[in-house]
Amino acid sequence: MTKGRVAMYCLIAAEAAMFTIFVVAYLFYAGKSVGGPTSQVLHTPIFFSICLLSSSLTIHRAVQSWKRGRMRSFAGWWLVTIGLGAAFLAGTALEWRDLIYAKGLTIQTNLFGTTYYALVGLHAVHVTAGLVALAVVSALACLGYVHTEHADRGEVLSLYWHFVDAVWVVVFTVVYVIGR
Amino acid sequence: MSPTTIFAPVSTPANEIAGLGVLVISMSGAIFAVVCGLLVYTIVRFRRTHDETNEPAQVYGSNQVELAWTVVPMLIVVVLFLATTGVITRVQEAGQPDEALHVVAIGHQFWWEYRYPGSDVVTANELHVPVSDAGHPAPTVITLLSADADHSFWVPRLAGKTDLIPNRVNSTWIEPTETGLYLGQCAQYCGTQHAKMLLRVYVETRAAFDRWIAGQRRPVEIDATVSTGRRIFQRTSCVNCHTIAGTAANGRFGPDLTHVMSRDTIASGVAPNTRENLRRWIRNPDDIKPGSRMPSMNLTEQELDAVTAYLASLR
Amino acid sequence: MANSWVTTVDHKRLGMMYIAYALVFLVIGGIEATIMRIQLIAPHQTFVSPQVFNRLFTMHGTTMIFFVAMPLLFGFANYLIPLMIGARDTAFPRLNALSFWLTAFGGLLLYFSVLGASGLYGAGNAPDVGWFAYAPLTSTTFSRGHSTDFWTLSLLVSGVGSIGTAINLIATIVCLRCQGMTLGKMPLFAWLILVMAGMVLLAVSPLTAAQIMLLVDRYLGGHFFDTQAGGSATIWMHFFWIFGHPEVYVLVLPAFGFASEIIPVFSRKAIFGYPVMVGATVCIGFIGMSVWAHHMFTVGMTSHANMFFVLSTMAIAVPTGIKSFNWLATMWGGTIAFTTPMLFCVAFLFQFLVAGLTGVMLSAAPLDWQLGNSYFVVAHFHYVIVGGILFTTFGAFYFWFPKATGRMYSEALGRLHFWLFVIGFHLTFDFMHLPGLLGMPRRIYTYEADRGWATWNLIVTIGVVFQAVSILVFLFNLVRSYRSGALAGSDPWDAWTLEWSTASPPPAYNFAVLPSVKSRRPLWDLKHPEDPDWRYE
Repeated sequence: MTKGRVAMYCLIAAEAAMFTIFVVAYLFYAGKSVGGPTSQVLHTPIFFSICLLSSSLTIHRAVQSWKRGRMRSFAGWWLVTIGLGAAFLAGTALEWRDLIYAKGLTIQTNLFGTTYYALVGLHAVHVTAGLVALAVVSALACLGYVHTEHADRGEVLSLYWHFVDAVWVVVFTVVYVIGR
Repeated sequence: MSPTTIFAPVSTPANEIAGLGVLVISMSGAIFAVVCGLLVYTIVRFRRTHDETNEPAQVYGSNQVELAWTVVPMLIVVVLFLATTGVITRVQEAGQPDEALHVVAIGHQFWWEYRYPGSDVVTANELHVPVSDAGHPAPTVITLLSADADHSFWVPRLAGKTDLIPNRVNSTWIEPTETGLYLGQCAQYCGTQHAKMLLRVYVETRAAFDRWIAGQRRPVEIDATVSTGRRIFQRTSCVNCHTIAGTAANGRFGPDLTHVMSRDTIASGVAPNTRENLRRWIRNPDDIKPGSRMPSMNLTEQELDAVTAYLASLR
Repeated sequence: MANSWVTTVDHKRLGMMYIAYALVFLVIGGIEATIMRIQLIAPHQTFVSPQVFNRLFTMHGTTMIFFVAMPLLFGFANYLIPLMIGARDTAFPRLNALSFWLTAFGGLLLYFSVLGASGLYGAGNAPDVGWFAYAPLTSTTFSRGHSTDFWTLSLLVSGVGSIGTAINLIATIVCLRCQGMTLGKMPLFAWLILVMAGMVLLAVSPLTAAQIMLLVDRYLGGHFFDTQAGGSATIWMHFFWIFGHPEVYVLVLPAFGFASEIIPVFSRKAIFGYPVMVGATVCIGFIGMSVWAHHMFTVGMTSHANMFFVLSTMAIAVPTGIKSFNWLATMWGGTIAFTTPMLFCVAFLFQFLVAGLTGVMLSAAPLDWQLGNSYFVVAHFHYVIVGGILFTTFGAFYFWFPKATGRMYSEALGRLHFWLFVIGFHLTFDFMHLPGLLGMPRRIYTYEADRGWATWNLIVTIGVVFQAVSILVFLFNLVRSYRSGALAGSDPWDAWTLEWSTASPPPAYNFAVLPSVKSRRPLWDLKHPEDPDWRYE
């Protein structure tokens, strides 16, 4: 139990508490909008969710390679992870463009709009922050600063990434399965 | 005696609470006496004397003692919990007889609106209810709504407080057994003049209450001597905020003024309802209640005299 | 020289910076309280306007909780934990520094609102929505300008700092204990900080979430708390109190920690029931997350919801009471020396008993229907925070002052501080219960003369004078003793935990050689080799 690991678990606990509140707000207000589009206007983002969730597998592969000193394999899988995460964000952007322009749903429209964009948006912000961190590692790796002995730190970072994916499982279930 | 003490209840919910209060305070007092006594004994008996250099016997713990002072408090909690749930049930789940009076109270910044749906009466700031007696219980059930921020209806001698929350329907009830005037005030911070959102509940005999209702329902007599004031009132934006039944004034932002002279006070209990105070209020509400929602209408002195005379005619 | 304080990552310096910062805001918060008490000394006073009064109680509450109590306790934790567990510093010294500066900036941001005023870029005045900022009073409809935003943003920023500190403390305690110091052998203070930090992680985030939602409402046109759009005012209350109640345990657990270190030393006995104390602390941590809606007994929840929160709140009195009894049992059979730290802790025991009992009274929901939102509640929580937390914190100041500065404080001035503060505290907060019982609500800038509240309010205000003078005595003692107090040596109290084994003040690296321990009181083992603790634990 290294201090980095402990710290990351603590951060995850705090973030989980924050996401819980947004989920509670979403569920509490489900069906209570006075007017405007409802959750029926949502299209379930299956493809992009698969992208994000498989990125957990790819980052795991990357870290395994990193631990074994197979740095090229690590760098490759790491980049794939970033790509999958970026694809997910692109999917969110496409989804939101459709919702805003075609369906007329913004954060101001009604309770559904407010709680939906806040919850999905908060998650997207966390994905973005994760991608930035992953990109920084990629850049450092390119510059030759990353070695096997750093693998443990990479694993700690991957814990954050797994958390972000786990949150998506919850958000997906709440928004696209239960909430409809 | 304070007119708002929680220990002089005259209504069933307040009675229940006072009874629970006596129980809880007594039990707390007993616990305090025992533990305090032990503490005082300890600091006296075991204080260090000057010549003591040896360390005392080191005692690290005792399972029996720990068990004892875990179990005993748990039992106390059980007793208190059962007593409490009893009162919660009797107050919150009390069934109401069909003859209960229904009033709707709407909290505003910084005044109280009262509607009597059964009698088509709308008034403000002074709540009139009939007295109840054991033979013929006549509770008043009050639905609590808010037009803006959170408020709380607290008249300690009649009941515990219940909040008025926008977009939420709350309810409370009182069952006063003694006639009289009971005081209280808003108990949830609602803005600048939260402190002066006073409550006045008039508990009256059935006959007096019926007379009051009849008076509130009586249409306003057109009094020719105050026509100047009436015209000014209608012409100025007073009509946008206030209602005077039978006229064009039908605003709901401010208190209904149809029978304003039937009230003892103005500005939600803040000032006695005299012509002088009425005039002062209309001239500049901030003079009496700085931060209230009524603006000064910048009337001239003559206009003020006329409007005051008009309002003074609204009995 | 000054530079090194600004860029320091040393836990001892950061600890002292937190504490110094908190003391400045203690004075500011105290001035805010004094002005309010002058306004309330008699009915219908016009010392301040209602608008100013409403800003005062908002700023007073927010300041005292977030910029006095939290930094004070984080400061002590920062200073003491590495020393107590035999480490050289915390796990993440740079995170430590960042967290301090975030917290500090938050406080400055809150107070910038005072200078803001409507004219300065339309920034708005100090917030006036109460420290719990109930919706919809915080919506743009009722709260124009940016004053509420100063409240929101300052707490968001310092909240990040709090979470950073919590992460750091947990990682430190979990990973950096010296050899032989299992979790069951670390000082009780470390346990209390561990549980406190865990609660910070779970409690501050809901506040952060709610504040983000408030910003979404105020700036992006959202409807989280917009009752006109079908939103709920009570959901803010739930989110706020899911933070707010654990927050008070966050504040009280370190205070319990101080008592648990000080009382044994001046009773000359080990703490009674260490494992039970740990268990009770963990229980408080868990149960404390389930009691929040006892702040909402009057909002019209169902009878079953009310009953649940009555039960959970009454239940938490059990482990809390257990702790009080254990402190009493520690003193029992000891040889008690009434030094200044011990005086403060003994007063704490009496006062916390009262605070706990008034809490039990309020936990009986129907009684809360009368006493909630009244001066009875104000008296109760000040009894906990001042009578409980501030008293033990003063004890902690005196206890560890010799360690941090290498000098002894003046015992005479310490006693003077104690007695003045005790008199002032009791004048103010004992009598404050009475207006509550007589129907006086909170957050009112004035009151009617015919309610029977005037005499009690007068006495309450008089107590402030004693408290103010005592604080001046305290600050004077700190400064003068720092400059010219007698040299203290490494262990002036003949105490038993690791911080007393190193020099006063400790060198930057804390210990020349990292220690190794066999029991909860390593220095007792060294001083009593014929009868070491590890035989009995």
